[in-house]
Amino acid sequence: MSAVQEDAGSMLQDLLTTIDRVAEAHCPKALRESAEAGEWPAALWRELENVGLARAALPESAGGAGLDFGGAMAALRRTAYHALPVPLAETMIAGRLLVAAGLEVPDGPLTVASGDAKRVPWGNQCGHVVRISSDDEVTLFPLRDFSPRIEKNLAGEPRASLDFRGKAPAAKSALQGAQERLMLEGALARSVQMAGALERALAYSLTYASERVQFGRPIGKFQAVQHMLALLAGQAAAASAIADAAVEASAQAPDEFTVAAAKARVGEAAGKGAEIAHQVHGAMGFTREHNLHYVTRRLWSWRDEFGNEAHWQMRLGRMVAAKGADALWPMLTRS
Amino acid sequence: MHEFRFEAVKMPPAAEQLRREVRAFLAGEAARGSFQPTRNSWNTYDPEFSRKCGERGWIGMRWPKQYGGHERSALERYVVTEEMLAGGAPVGAHWVADRQSGHQILRYGSERAKRDLLPKIAAGACFFAIGMSEPDSGSDLAAVRTRGVKVDGGWKLSGTKVWTSNAHRAHYKITLARTAPKEEDRHAGMTQFIIDLSKPGVTVRPIHNLYGGHDFNQVIYDDYFVPDDMVLGEVGSGWKMVTGELAFERSGPDRFLSTYRLLVESIRALGPSPGDRAAAEVGRFVAHLSALRRMSTSIAGMLEKGAQPIVEAALVKDVGTTFEREVPEVFRQLLPTEPTLGQGESYSELLGLTVLRAPGFTIRGGTREILRGMIARGLGLR
Repeated sequence: MSAVQEDAGSMLQDLLTTIDRVAEAHCPKALRESAEAGEWPAALWRELENVGLARAALPESAGGAGLDFGGAMAALRRTAYHALPVPLAETMIAGRLLVAAGLEVPDGPLTVASGDAKRVPWGNQCGHVVRISSDDEVTLFPLRDFSPRIEKNLAGEPRASLDFRGKAPAAKSALQGAQERLMLEGALARSVQMAGALERALAYSLTYASERVQFGRPIGKFQAVQHMLALLAGQAAAASAIADAAVEASAQAPDEFTVAAAKARVGEAAGKGAEIAHQVHGAMGFTREHNLHYVTRRLWSWRDEFGNEAHWQMRLGRMVAAKGADALWPMLTRS
Repeated sequence: MHEFRFEAVKMPPAAEQLRREVRAFLAGEAARGSFQPTRNSWNTYDPEFSRKCGERGWIGMRWPKQYGGHERSALERYVVTEEMLAGGAPVGAHWVADRQSGHQILRYGSERAKRDLLPKIAAGACFFAIGMSEPDSGSDLAAVRTRGVKVDGGWKLSGTKVWTSNAHRAHYKITLARTAPKEEDRHAGMTQFIIDLSKPGVTVRPIHNLYGGHDFNQVIYDDYFVPDDMVLGEVGSGWKMVTGELAFERSGPDRFLSTYRLLVESIRALGPSPGDRAAAEVGRFVAHLSALRRMSTSIAGMLEKGAQPIVEAALVKDVGTTFEREVPEVFRQLLPTEPTLGQGESYSELLGLTVLRAPGFTIRGGTREILRGMIARGLGLR
């Protein structure tokens, strides 16, 4: 390992520890609940911005934190592990699109919208939205002039429909394949977030299984429960592996094959993993009081955003079919 | 926090060069009709094919040159292994010796065992079987009743082993026997021996499998003599060696590529523009395979560095064998065909063979239930 790599490694470790600390200090249950009620978690966002997270996925020339893309995604994953109610993924995606289109990245929380601008994540609480028009133009709008119709996803994160009629962009630039790029960036970020949320669902489940006593022993001592947890671990591990692979293949721009595989595989793991986590927690995990639902409701939301499993499976399947059966192995083993 | 990290492995240029060589070799062999990719698995026994692999230096790749090995890296070996499996090569004759037995001999064997056996294995001329299970000892290996009794210059073995694949055609076998009475620690007092199957005192009887094939055998030892220098490692340390050996063989590509040829032929049969459902099923399998290969190659990298990722390796086997078993179940419905066996070359034949072989995938090398127990232990639940 070179000195530069080692520096980057320890810098990332510090950042992850900082995220743990910020989650502990600035994201109590009351804040989670108020965020779901529609209040912007200003202090939490400020803390994350202060440690450079908002710009972590950008190159240093665009104000990035000096992390590589893998480091930025590891940080995003950790915020999802803590189910932090902030538009960090959206800010990172928007920044990547702006940089690719040669545009300046404004400060503050950002989000992204496709042509129809329905259910734009955090579209009522961000400073700017990057909208990809149907002719692949990347456009930047300040959000203060909009009167969005606000909905939520299952995790209580705001999803806002925006009406762009009569609005003038603050900046715009054409980017070839921008719509496609948005979809892939979104699928990649959600895969990374789900991998983090699954890690937490496993952690909660292991803790609960070792603490909850029934029939005179912790339920984690029962073979049936152990096997369920082994399956959950398998889902979490596979999700982790393929999400990492997709991140590494996408440092410059998203790699279609690997991102499709990641969103399909991690999305499947999300559903199967959440099911097991809840079964292990019994009625306790079904309450608002326990924190498990903060990650599982995200898993149930994120798997359907930026294309569900079927969407990406079909894309992947068509890609493979078009190239022919004998091209599959070279595709799987390309380095 | 339980973090699973499967770091990327960068295949060295030598490994990619090797990949091209293996592909070219397999394409040539398949074109000449020396093997039929759709019929094989890593159980398919073809000594002539194994000899060719030995000639090319693709057996015993990691072993020292002084014992006939090639001192290549774990990743180079990985590449050869996965190319063989994906290409449907008949690697069954040398598979066990290359994957497990040779490694054990190198690590625990006497100088004579290493000198006599390893070069022959590496040449693709000496094949091994594994004898752990017994009539009353399957998943519960500590229940082994085959006994080894110390005699002058060696040991006398008596007992019966079952499910010993290839004992009727392999040259040697490594077997586990009890050499001290069972104590508090049920795993103590067991020892591994190298058995020369050509010597007197050992009888091999066929056990036909559910489709009439003959891989399995019953192996009976009747005062079979093993010289001291064919004992593996310290007397009484067999359990540790066996479990270590299993950990080593859990994460390889053989744990998720058993149905790869069916996947490929199904994609071919579905054609270049499959319908939505077929495309989604193919895509799902490809996504699973991508994740599994990432996990498996990453573990190969960890093993190369001397790490012991036991839980991760067990997860590959559990997730991988579950995947393998799903493949025939899905395609039989997408490509409606009545599966056949022994009716000539066709898709239905490949499907039939795969359906009939599938139950073994989640049993061999430790059942998935035992495996999940081990994963639970690794997660701190036991």
